[in-house]
Parts: sequence; C-alpha cells; structure tokens
Amino acid sequence: MTDILAVPATGSARGDAPAPASPATPAQTPAPAPSATPAPVSPAAPENPESPGVLKSPETLETLKTSETSETSRPARLAGLARFGRRVRLGRLARRAPAVVLLAATWEVLPRTGAVDPVFVPPLSEVLRAWYDLLLGGQLLEHFQASLVRSLTGFGLAVVLAVPLGLAIGWYRPVADFLSPVLEIFRNTSAVALLPVFILILGLGEPSKIVFVFYACSWPVLLNTVSGVRAVEPLLVKSARSLGLGPLSLFRKVILPAAVPTIFTGIRLAGASSILVLLFAEMVGAKAGLGYLVQDAQFSFRIPDMYAGIITISALGLLFNLLLLAVERRFSTWRTT
Amino acid sequence: MSTHATGGDTAGETLVNGAAARLGSLRRHASRLGGFRADASPRHPIATPAPSSVRTPAAPSQAKIGIRDVGKVFRTRGSDRPFTAVAGVDLDVREGEFLTLVGPSGCGKSTLLDLIAGLTTPTSGEILIDGRAVDGPGLDRGIVFQQYALLPWRTALANIEFGLEAKALPRRERRERARHYLDLVGLAGFEHRYPHELSGGMRQRVAIARSLAFDPDVLLMDEPFAALDAQTRESLQEELLRVWEKTNKTVVFITHGIDEAVYLGQRVAVMTSRPGRIKEIVDVRFDSREGDLRADPVFGEYRHHVWSLLRNEVAASREQERTVD
Repeated sequence: MTDILAVPATGSARGDAPAPASPATPAQTPAPAPSATPAPVSPAAPENPESPGVLKSPETLETLKTSETSETSRPARLAGLARFGRRVRLGRLARRAPAVVLLAATWEVLPRTGAVDPVFVPPLSEVLRAWYDLLLGGQLLEHFQASLVRSLTGFGLAVVLAVPLGLAIGWYRPVADFLSPVLEIFRNTSAVALLPVFILILGLGEPSKIVFVFYACSWPVLLNTVSGVRAVEPLLVKSARSLGLGPLSLFRKVILPAAVPTIFTGIRLAGASSILVLLFAEMVGAKAGLGYLVQDAQFSFRIPDMYAGIITISALGLLFNLLLLAVERRFSTWRTT
Repeated sequence: MSTHATGGDTAGETLVNGAAARLGSLRRHASRLGGFRADASPRHPIATPAPSSVRTPAAPSQAKIGIRDVGKVFRTRGSDRPFTAVAGVDLDVREGEFLTLVGPSGCGKSTLLDLIAGLTTPTSGEILIDGRAVDGPGLDRGIVFQQYALLPWRTALANIEFGLEAKALPRRERRERARHYLDLVGLAGFEHRYPHELSGGMRQRVAIARSLAFDPDVLLMDEPFAALDAQTRESLQEELLRVWEKTNKTVVFITHGIDEAVYLGQRVAVMTSRPGRIKEIVDVRFDSREGDLRADPVFGEYRHHVWSLLRNEVAASREQERTVD
C-alpha cells in the first residue's frame, strides 16, 4: 500500500499551508484546520452519487483543503480501488503541489498581515471553516447537488444528441450543406444572450437551466465530432475500401474509432463549459445551486461563504475534468501521446 | 533515384550502341543463363523493343490481370483543363508473376494501381481480372500502401484480422490465420503491439501480412518500401520474394527505384512520363540469386537498360512539372 504511505507525505506537504499562518495567530488557525480535515474526506463520498467520481473527489477536495489525510477517515475500500491510478498520479501531484501550497499560503498570509482587506478577502482558514460549517449544515450538499444535476443533465443531453448529429454532418456531405448555414448562425449566438429567451419560454425552473447548459455544451461536442470525422486519414478509408468494407462497417470500424479522440476533446470542453454557464444561469435566477450560493452570500455579505462556494465550484470543475480525462484515456489507449 | 550505372565497363561501352544493342545483349544473357523461377508460368520470349508487340494476341485469356487500352482522366478543381493521368495503357500480368512497374514521378503508376484495385474506374478501356472486368474493390486483390495504412487503435494481430472481417470467418479461425501470417512475415511475438510501438519495417510487415491473410490472388504494392531505410528495405525485399515463392501470388509492385525493380521483378514494366503508357517491358532473369545479386554484372546491365529507358522520361516529366504550374 504505497499510496497509503505516500498520501500523508503529500498531505503533510499540503499541511504546510496553514503553518506560516500559525505564528501570526497561534490560537486560531491550527485548531480548526486539522479538525476540519478528516471530515471533508469521508462525507465527500456520499456527496457524489456517481461512483467513478467518488474515487477522485476526496483527493481533489483535499488538495484544496490542505488537509492532513488520515487513513482512518478514508475508507480502505476506496484506497484499494484507486491504488493503481493514485500511485501514478502521486508523482505528478508531488511536483504540482508546491504551487497550490504557495497559493494557499499567500491567501492565508496576505489578509492576516493586512496587505489585503480581510473583510473582502478573508484568510483561507476562515473560508475553510465556513465551508465546513456549510457542509455540516447541509446547505453545501443541497447546492452542490442542484448544480450537479443540472450540469450533468444538460451535458449528458448534449453528448447524446450532438455526437450523432456531428457524425452525420461530418460523414454526409448533403447533411452538412443543409445544416451548415443554420448551425453557423447559432454557433455565433452566445448562449448567454439566449438565456433570457430560454427563461421566457421555459420559465425560471429547471428546464430553462438545463436547456441553457445543453445549448452551451452542444457546440464544442458538435464541432469536434464533425472535424474528427472529417480529419480521418484518407489512406485508412482507402485501405478499408480495398478490403471490401461496406459503408456501414467502414463507418463503424474506421471512421468512428479514428474520430474518438477528437470527439473526446469536445466532450471535455463541454464538461468545462457546462459548469461555467450553469453558474451564470444560477446567478441570474435560481433558488439553489452553487452559483446561487455565491451570489446570495455576496448579497448578504457572508464573504467567507462566498469564497467557500467559489472553492466548491473549482473543485467541481476539476473533478469533472479528471473524470472525463479518465474516461478518455480508457478509450484511447492506442494514442502515441 | 540513383542514376549511376553499376554494371561495369561492358555496360558503359554498350551504352553508345543504343537500346537495340542492349536488348540483344540482354537476350543473349537470358538465353545463356536459362530461366530463373522456371516454376512460374510459361513466359513470353524475351522483350522486344516495341511495347505493343510484347503482348501476344493469344495471351489475354490466360492473363491474370489484363489492362486493355486503359485511360484515366481527372477533373481538376479550379481548372477546366482535364488532367490525363494515364492513357492507352496495355499490359498483361501473368498468373503467379512478379511484375514491377517503374516510371518517372507523376506518370500515373499509382493511378494504374488504384484502377486495378477497383478504387477508381477507368475513363476509357477496361481492366480484367481472370477475364472478368473489374467492378470495384474485392478481396481477390490486396493492396500494400507505402504509408502502411494500419489502424492505429488496433494491435498488429487485430490489424491483420481487420482484413479478414469482411470474409465470413469464425472468430477463432480469423485469429489463427492472423497469427499464421504474422508468423510468416517474421513477427511472431509482436501480436499485441500497437502500430506506434513498431518500427517502420515491422509496420510494413504487418501490412503485408494483412494483405496476404485474406488470401487474394493478386498483391498490389504501391512503393511499399519507399519510406524505409536502405537496410530494412533490402531485408524486406528478400523476405517479400521468399513469401511470394511460398504463396504463389501474382504481384504488381510499383517502385521508383530501378534497383528494386530489377531485383524483385521477373519483368519490369517501364512507363513513360505523363500521360503514362507502358514504354517497354523488360524480362529479367538471373541464373543464380546466390550471394550479392546487386553486384552481379548481369544485374548491372539490366538496371542500366531500365535506366536508359527511363532517362528521357524523367527529363520529360521534370519539364512537365515545371510547365504545368
């Protein structure tokens, strides 16, 4: 179990974050930080219903939480499952951690020394405490869930609909010729500009937000799918034709696999924008969601809560990207890169 | 393309005497040396200077591949002027023969191969396989491309199986056959490597194995070794001959290397500059292929003969490339 041994090592490296702060206010900071740490690790798992995410979420959150990971809080089952991937990732983490630690330290020190107004930018430790309180209070989970459901639904719809459409456009010239002008118009119409339209037609509830996310996610998926199909090496097509493959097998056995990496690039872009645009929608009109949390916290001057929301949003984005990367890697082991 | 004669003094002296003398000398050699690969189908008498008379009228029904007055004209984008790639090509390839096709760059060699493969259709004339007109690609012909054309997401073994999937073979048999042919090209143990994990030579071996695996009668090879380094090329040439002798395929091998054409081919068909026609067909025979064949004076004479046939064409094609643009 090298990972178990290794995790505390990086954990302690991350744990350096509060350390510079401790001389400033010895009584305050060290106390909440360690107590806050084991907690986000274990409850993070039930937070995400989808199982692959569970593997990643503790780690992602830890990175931001500057926690001292303890083996006791982490279910052994999870560690075992993630062992292999984790071991590979740990080396990279060790190389990347310093920058994150530095950022965390800066965040902690600047407000405390008065270089930055602590009212508007509270020290990280305070933000983390606020985060922990939100978590215990259940609000965080509620908002997180609301956001996750919306972005996953919109994103999922986009993948399910835009990939086949992109394949058709890329493969059949007439379809491309027919749809291109309309697509070109819509592609250059910002999703944000259309949000009022969606709200007008679909109301303030969930459908307008999901459609909004769907719209924004569709473009990267669609465009990448089209270019993926178009960019298939002509020699492969020629060779497959010479092997007597009909159009259908040609598509299934050559075009589709060759396009998969490009399609996944689009899917990952869509994953990122699904969260970005959703937050905007939630700030415009919502009663739940991380965007609402941030907006609401700012309006009611709960500044640490606002930052806690922002951190959670970053974590969600990271998590989503990691998840999609893992899926992508599964599908394109053959790539030389 | 190398243009140095390595045939020694005799070849140099005879150069001035022109093609007729060269042919006479070749004919003498051929008759003196007797038939290498005597097991191949009965061959025509040695090449005669006029290309049209190479093909005897009686032959067509026996020819494996019959190319009859074939022309191919492309419509080029952005230009009203049609582009004639090949015109009036007449060529018969015999069953089990190894025919190499040389010509200056841009003379339509690859177009001719695509036509035989059925990937494009001729504008005029017809192409016959076993007397039947070619109607699209088919598994009676296998193609090996210069750039391998392997599927990068499939392992070596799976790439070979790819060629078998159009045939209704049980999965197990597909796998067995793929293994057999991988073995035949000397790549046993590399079944599960992806193309990017193989060297260029190995990739081409896989491509050759893939084309052999579905057991086509005809193997069409489009400069398959051009992208390889000299040593790999030579070893693959040897190996190809070995495989050819073992499998009795009819091979049409396109190359721009005169050495390669003479080394591999039982006959070397020389093409003119664009629009490509068959200029002459040279029969190549060696009494023995033991040792360093390329150092054999007879080899030198053949290569010099092909070289002199090509020289004017290369110049013409260079001139063309300059004027077309």
